Amino acid sequence: MVELSLPKNSQIKPGKSHKAAPGAKNIRNFKVYRYDPDTGDNPRLDTYEVDMDTCGPMVLDGLLKIKDEMDQTLTLRRSCREGICGSCAMNIDGRNTLACLKPIEECSGDVKVYPLPHMPVVKDLVPDLTHVYAQYASIEPWMKADTPAPPTAERKQSPEERAKLDGLWECILCFCCSTSCPSYWWNSDRYLGPAILLQAARWINDSRDEATGERLDNLEDPFRLYRCHTIMNCTQTCPKGLNPAKAIADIKMKMVERQG
Amino acid sequence: MATSPQTSLRSPLGRVRGLGSAKEGTHHWWAQRVTAVALIPITAWIVYSLLSLAGGDYIDYLGWVRNPVNSTLIILLVAVGFHHAQLGLQVVIEDYVSGHALRVVSVLAVKLLCAALAALCIVSVLIVAFGG
Repeated sequence: MVELSLPKNSQIKPGKSHKAAPGAKNIRNFKVYRYDPDTGDNPRLDTYEVDMDTCGPMVLDGLLKIKDEMDQTLTLRRSCREGICGSCAMNIDGRNTLACLKPIEECSGDVKVYPLPHMPVVKDLVPDLTHVYAQYASIEPWMKADTPAPPTAERKQSPEERAKLDGLWECILCFCCSTSCPSYWWNSDRYLGPAILLQAARWINDSRDEATGERLDNLEDPFRLYRCHTIMNCTQTCPKGLNPAKAIADIKMKMVERQG
Repeated sequence: MATSPQTSLRSPLGRVRGLGSAKEGTHHWWAQRVTAVALIPITAWIVYSLLSLAGGDYIDYLGWVRNPVNSTLIILLVAVGFHHAQLGLQVVIEDYVSGHALRVVSVLAVKLLCAALAALCIVSVLIVAFGG
């Protein structure tokens, strides 16, 4: 059954406080989820006083300032710092987003930072993405065609056919959407979740792909696809402004369409 | 996740592929939408009819049910309504009950209950409609 409370070893305890350097005038509190699997301790919420006069505008700037100047043990993923790699996806101020795209100014009160919800935590803000990457592999995200490509040219696509991929190809696989979805929380062992279904739609809608029916076959399942109940958290939280709920609805309509 | 990575040495992709896709679910999803849309006019009709009957006596109600159009529509309301309820409750059970055996038993129990209640309602309407 669904577990409504956290198991005892996952309950978050109050953590340490890290003071800003003396003389700092413009202080913002960062409350950051900390978990170290090596200690066996429960997760805790550490407080960092960040001097905003010497900090960049985004939450990622704040976290990196903490790591550089206050506490080197803070662990997080980040790479591009401009919203294209998807590494710094986390739960900030109660909403899944990319730390590099989220202005500190937009957070209300203390800046509360947790890892993506309902994923196993490797350490601090780093979730274990093994399962969701395996789900991505399961939809076979590559072009499948029996017709050989023209030997001296690319596979052609009309502008209209290409337009069907807009809103799908931009996904950076940060998994903000999947980890915001209650259906994915309860049934992620079998439900593929919005991120993976949007990726599946990207290949189903590709006019050059010849495995559309096979792809639909693999999704036609009460759990893999139909756990989506159009809750729309995915669309609301997507830091790239995409609409996974619509991509899933399109897949469902194709399922109906091929039945008669 | 129901399958804990610590308790299985199966590869992550093997776990995700599992027993494969059921190759069904579309019919259930579509039927839920079709019954929902069908219930809109029938529900509007029953509300309108009961409001117009308000204050009537036993004979008024009896005459209303005995009208073949009315008894047919009541039976349709019951059949479509319970079918829709069963489809919806099945989704709720599949969402929240994770053990396979418990899930199957719960879904079957809901189906049986909805079918029995629908049959009871329909038989009652027929008895009234044909007189007894």
